[in-house]
Amino acid sequence: MRRSLETALAAALFAVVGIGGVVYGARSWMPPLASRHGAGIDAMLLYLLVTVGGLFLTGYLALAYLIWRGGRRDRIGTRLASHKTEVVLSVVLGLGMAVIAEGGVLGIGMPVWTEYFDAAPPADATVIEVTAQQFMWNVRYPGADGRFGRTAPQLVDETTNPLGLDRSDPAATDDIVTINEIAVPFGRAVRIRLHAKDVIHSFFLPHFRVKQDAVPGMTPEMVFFPTSTGSFELACAELCGLAHYRMRGFFNVVSETQFRAWLSTQAATR
Amino acid sequence: MTNGFVRRYIFSTDHKIIGIQYILTGLIMAIVGAWLAVLIRLQLGWPEHQWVFLSRLLPKGMPSGVMTPEFYLAVVTMHGTIMVFFFISYVLVSGFGNYLVPLQVGARDMAFPFLNMLSYWIALLSAVVMVLSFFVEGGAAAAGWTAYPPLSAVASAVPGSQMGQTLWILSMALFIASFTMSGLNIVATVFSTRAPGLSMMRLPLTVWSFFIASILGLLAFPPLTAGAVMLLFDRHFGTSFFLPSGLVVAGKLLPNTGGSPLLWQHLFWFLGHPEVYVLILPALGIAFDILPAFTRKPVFGYRISVWCLVAVGCLSMIVWGHHMFVSGMSPFTGEYFSLVTLTITVPMTIFGVNMLASLWGAKLELRTPMLFALSVIAMFGSGGFGGLFLGNATADMQLHDTYFVVGHFHMMIGGVTLLATFAAIYFWFPKMFGRTMNETLGRLHFWFTFGPFFVIFFMQHFLGLQGAPRRYYAFTAFDYLRDTRGQNLAISIAALLLVSGQLLFLVNFVWSLFGGLAAKANPWQATTLEWTTASPPPHGNFETQPVVERWAYEYGVQTTDGDFAVQTVPARNVPVTA
Ligand code: HEM
Ligand SMILES: [Cu+2]
Ligand SMILES: [Cu+2]
Repeated sequence: MRRSLETALAAALFAVVGIGGVVYGARSWMPPLASRHGAGIDAMLLYLLVTVGGLFLTGYLALAYLIWRGGRRDRIGTRLASHKTEVVLSVVLGLGMAVIAEGGVLGIGMPVWTEYFDAAPPADATVIEVTAQQFMWNVRYPGADGRFGRTAPQLVDETTNPLGLDRSDPAATDDIVTINEIAVPFGRAVRIRLHAKDVIHSFFLPHFRVKQDAVPGMTPEMVFFPTSTGSFELACAELCGLAHYRMRGFFNVVSETQFRAWLSTQAATR
Repeated sequence: MTNGFVRRYIFSTDHKIIGIQYILTGLIMAIVGAWLAVLIRLQLGWPEHQWVFLSRLLPKGMPSGVMTPEFYLAVVTMHGTIMVFFFISYVLVSGFGNYLVPLQVGARDMAFPFLNMLSYWIALLSAVVMVLSFFVEGGAAAAGWTAYPPLSAVASAVPGSQMGQTLWILSMALFIASFTMSGLNIVATVFSTRAPGLSMMRLPLTVWSFFIASILGLLAFPPLTAGAVMLLFDRHFGTSFFLPSGLVVAGKLLPNTGGSPLLWQHLFWFLGHPEVYVLILPALGIAFDILPAFTRKPVFGYRISVWCLVAVGCLSMIVWGHHMFVSGMSPFTGEYFSLVTLTITVPMTIFGVNMLASLWGAKLELRTPMLFALSVIAMFGSGGFGGLFLGNATADMQLHDTYFVVGHFHMMIGGVTLLATFAAIYFWFPKMFGRTMNETLGRLHFWFTFGPFFVIFFMQHFLGLQGAPRRYYAFTAFDYLRDTRGQNLAISIAALLLVSGQLLFLVNFVWSLFGGLAAKANPWQATTLEWTTASPPPHGNFETQPVVERWAYEYGVQTTDGDFAVQTVPARNVPVTA
């Protein structure tokens, strides 16, 4: 009596966890989507949430059932499963898991991944250079000539020239530099070259499903396509020091005319 | 007389004493680690609250009662380091490994008793150095337990990268030296001191798990040792292993040229990934072996489970890059790591299902060790499901370095290992100390542990889906994270509940040590060799050399002892069934 009550209680615990977990998880949790490739990432996550949610519920209910049942037995049932049962169960479940896990990667994940990384940047993409440092995002546009001027770490002066821009280089004269603020025109792809000056940071645009570490000595590039206008937050996702938690930038997707106006005010304030 | 005491209980070469020394040291470190966790949760649950009483306790870290960011980062780093290396590694792997392996293989001691003693004392030294690093200029290391350079290499990058980081590296080097010695010892013990008749396929899965974990440790630790030395050189002797040209830190140009920060990440994760399996395999082995004592029938799929552990061990050596999907590593490499990582789910699933299927047809007795062993199954499944998301490179782009990862690995190296540690302590306490732990307190402790633990780390997965980055001092600076405030508060409350619940364990442990009821030699009516000798076992373990006649799971048979046959019962008395 006491024994079956206790086991029923434990079974209830696991059943509640299983059902509660699925109910809690079934909400929509992601920040609203704002990029084209992000739809693929969300599809991948949705696939995982649904399949894993099913496995999770099944697993917990099975555990709860076995505990409940075991608490009501006074002698054991089948003592030893046959070798064949053991092998069959392993093969079936192992294969099932392989299909769910690898199938997801091969069927949904890889195409999204390959398209994202292989995408040749369209000629009309907005080209931006972002240089992360403790604790801000230096943003640079190439200006009218479409070319970034030379930079050198020897020229860096944190107050007057944080990027170490070589002002004697003609290509540098029209470069536009801002801090913590990126603007891009809606309807065109964005191409970002990422640098880091001091330690590792990570360029994370949660709404765009974009995350890329900024590693000193490397210059990874990202290409993506915004699908809505608005002002979005840019967060740092790699521990970089004391103010990591407020290394915040803005990523504004605006109309073509607003973009041009913004660029010229930025150029003028220099 | 005092000399005898010192030789016997302090500088002992007896594996049982050394095992207990590891366990006690680890439990003390766990208390330190848990305090750090409380501090973390106070900060994240109540970001600007002034904890006046804490400002008296920690005048430097929490002046006016609010934690400083530098102290927060040191606390996070040390919490991770202490829990992974000085709690779980010590208690579960070194502690129970030392205690159980010789007993379960029927040996008088470890293969190299003196080396064993040396391992313990170096391990203790390493723990002391780590804790002392809180008190040096700049405070303890603050670059995270993964210590990525340049942050960890350049003293001006963060206060903890002054003396604190150096001590962190030295402590880790000592830890690795000690862990390598004890791993070698376990491997040698399993190879060379097994009792007559104890073939590899008759070993309890617990021994298998320690054996494979030790081999993994031996293969994975040396590269990190090299990495640690290189980092030390970068920090103090002007080399540039991990530091590229053109670094400008805090306004100053550094002279380094030509290094690569990613090199550290490869070295670290080449160790780091196998290391997590070093921790979880013993947890799984122990839970697997505790189940049949309370289902009163043999386990399901013993042989297949052994091969699963072997497969997991092999695979775990070639998947480290899944920690680096968005690090700037080539995306092609990322595809490889993604595919191989997910193959690990196959043996892991089979193993988990075998544990579940071991309950099939059971006559269940829910004693405290069994409650914890059952919750190991549940937690293992839940953590593995998070792995399915993270091993998928495409999904990981969004989830990497968010709280989803924090939730995942706490369920695994936090939850599975913690629950298995408790299962093991409740199960073998009578053997170790000859006394029984209090059953009512034990069960109560279970109810205060599994629920809150699950809630905390389950919710963290969803913080991650909302895009909350890890290692943030507060979630106050971003608008898109405003909704996470309530969740963080709930998590903090659950965490305080969890920590308070552990007092039940501490009280039970200490009280039972001195006042627990005397334990019989085989209180759980279990079948492995340690239960054939007295509780606690004498020096040398066995009165006579045990001879093994059967596998480790002969439950559900009729014998003079009851419904089980220990491994030494001859086949002519009770038929061998597997
Ligand atoms: C089903 C099998 C598993 C898979 C597919 C898996 C996959 C992953 C992946 C891909 C990551 C990196 C996530 C990121 O940083 O973006 C990760 C992190 C982690 N996993 Fe697992 N994992 C599995 C099982 C385990 C187990 C059994 C343990 C421990 C016992 C574990 C412990 C960890 C730890 C400690 C981290 C995070 C380290 C850190 O960044 O601080 N995982 N896992
Ligand atoms: Cu950061
Ligand atoms: Cu890993």
